[in-house]
Amino acid sequence: MPRVLIIEDDRAVRDGVRLALRRQGHEVAAAATGEDGLEQLRSFRPDAVVLDLMLPGMSGLEVCRRIRAHDQVPIIMATARGDDTDIVVGLEAGADDYVVKPVRARILDARIRAVLRRVGGTSDDQGTPRTEHHGDLVIDRAGLTVTHQGRPVALGPSELRLLLTLSASAGQVFSRQQLLEAVWEHNYHGDARLVDACVKRLRSKIGESPGSPRYVHTVRGFGYRFGPR
Amino acid sequence: MGLRLRLVVTFTLVAVVATVTTGALTFREARTGVLQQSQDTVIEEFRHRVNTLVPNYRFPPDAAGLNSFANDVSRGGRSQQWRVLVAYREKSATSLPGDSFGELSPAMRESVRSRRATVFQRVSHQGHSALVVGMPVTFAGLYSTERQASGLEVYLTVPQQEEQGYVDALVTAIERATVPALVLAVLIALLAARGVLRPVRALRRATRSIAEGHLDTRLAVQGSDELADLSRTFNETAAALEGSVAELRRMEAGARRFAADVSHELRTPLAAMSAVTDVLDEDAAGLDEDTATAVRLISTETTKLAALVDDLMEISRFDAGAAALHLDEIDLAESLRRTLATRGWQDTVETGLPEPGELRGRVDPRRLDVVVANLVANALRHGAPPVRLNLHAEDDPRAGRQAVVTVHDGGDGIPEGVLPHVFDRFYKSADARARSEGSGLGLSIATENVRLHGGTVRAANHPEGGAVFTVVLPLRPDDTEERTPPPAEEDRT
Repeated sequence: MPRVLIIEDDRAVRDGVRLALRRQGHEVAAAATGEDGLEQLRSFRPDAVVLDLMLPGMSGLEVCRRIRAHDQVPIIMATARGDDTDIVVGLEAGADDYVVKPVRARILDARIRAVLRRVGGTSDDQGTPRTEHHGDLVIDRAGLTVTHQGRPVALGPSELRLLLTLSASAGQVFSRQQLLEAVWEHNYHGDARLVDACVKRLRSKIGESPGSPRYVHTVRGFGYRFGPR
Repeated sequence: MGLRLRLVVTFTLVAVVATVTTGALTFREARTGVLQQSQDTVIEEFRHRVNTLVPNYRFPPDAAGLNSFANDVSRGGRSQQWRVLVAYREKSATSLPGDSFGELSPAMRESVRSRRATVFQRVSHQGHSALVVGMPVTFAGLYSTERQASGLEVYLTVPQQEEQGYVDALVTAIERATVPALVLAVLIALLAARGVLRPVRALRRATRSIAEGHLDTRLAVQGSDELADLSRTFNETAAALEGSVAELRRMEAGARRFAADVSHELRTPLAAMSAVTDVLDEDAAGLDEDTATAVRLISTETTKLAALVDDLMEISRFDAGAAALHLDEIDLAESLRRTLATRGWQDTVETGLPEPGELRGRVDPRRLDVVVANLVANALRHGAPPVRLNLHAEDDPRAGRQAVVTVHDGGDGIPEGVLPHVFDRFYKSADARARSEGSGLGLSIATENVRLHGGTVRAANHPEGGAVFTVVLPLRPDDTEERTPPPAEEDRT
């Protein structure tokens, strides 16, 4: 039974989502403020966080950054503002996915299950060697750990899944759409901003210089390709 | 003809008329003066000479006498260029032997003979101008005042090269004066043109600047002439325009903000309601009939309201210019198939799509999905089966390669009166669209999305019945661009 933490300041929304998610089979905790949410994160230890972006006091963005600083729990942003800047800023702060309010419980549930699958979902990669060396980057597919120059890299579920997907077929170009399907399981027309923001985060975590990435290359007008240069 | 050229031509004409008139008048006066004086001197000298010499000769003269008389007279000229013809009845003699004396006209000779007076004439002979003087020699009557003609006539030809030289010099002087005058006229014309043209040019620049949207453009007003008046009027007009536009923009921005705020405020309660609609639907089955109907009604209307607010938010994003295009190169046919598949329309909609990989283009996949989904939903809702979705590429001579998407339904078509309004927001034709069917924003959102791509969408009735919606999207060919960018220009990620 997945444990979900909802951080949402509006009581009606909080109660509604909690009720709906509980009916979908989740164990749900709810927090009204960012501070409370961070507190419950420690005590409740959720499998996923649904985070409202606009919160009184500490903003959702700040909460997202603080969670990411020491925790790789999947975060789904729920934003009332579907504007590009909000979404992109939220994604770059470390969110794995976003939904624009109002959202039906079933959709939210599907998104939660998708991010949860990301954490453990490497079943299709069995048969490949246990560890792969790509330059300074070492990927352990079974142990789901990544080290760069000997130091472990803390990757969020989306970043890890993205890296595993790209590196499984090094040299092959993936379109954003393909990556959306493989990593985010958006089998509809998802949002390429998810891919771009995630690539950006992944690059900064594995020590890529923004000007000349070594591992994740942009194929302009098409998508991304993995391969040490 | 430009203002500058016109001014130059006018000034030049004025200068030409002035110099030519002045020159001509001066020339005439000076020439008359010069010639008059020289001819008076010559005639006086000639008469004196003849009078002095005549008494020395016997009368009537013989041929030798005539000859020497002619020679003697000719020697009297100061410049020694006198040519003299002496005639007595049928005999004549010249100072130069064999001189044909071509300058002497028969008319003049006749005049000398008949009028017994000194006659002179300026002639131009073989390119040289000369003064011809004719004089009859008369006797002074001893006892009467009447002078009698002796029959002896003396003619003199004096070349007038010197005088001609004066006149020529005069012409040259006038010519030389004309050139600087003309140059000066052109220069002044150019200066004047500049003086007039500078403000005119400034006005032109300012007008263009206004047209480009720089409404704060103003002109510097100098002086108090008509041009300054014009500049002042321009400034006033620009200020008025700027004020009106600012007011309009303020009102428009206010209206947009209001729409955005309202939609936004609706979101929070809707978020709570939407979250539980599934719960309500699920539980409705176990409730008594009336309550179940009420619960289902709430659930359906909440879903509709959520969709409407979504559409409104999207519209206000378009209005605010905040809608961004996230281009991606995709297989268009595959994208359309996916649009149908995710909405469960594969079996209800016929398709005519290219093979996979055949037609790729740079579009925003999410927005293309919205466009196609809206058009197909519209056809399914308001038209009748069969609904057909087609896609093909077209080469437009002006716009280049384009993707053409058509959605054709088998209904009655769109009434002519409704056709121009189908893309208007909230437009619903009275009979065809009841409130329950869609928000009335779907087609406007589709239009905005197509416009964002630089494409067009139009609605028409098919000649064989049914409505046809045609979307034309420009395909940005990215094939020329290299697939892997050089490290220096990493793109948007």
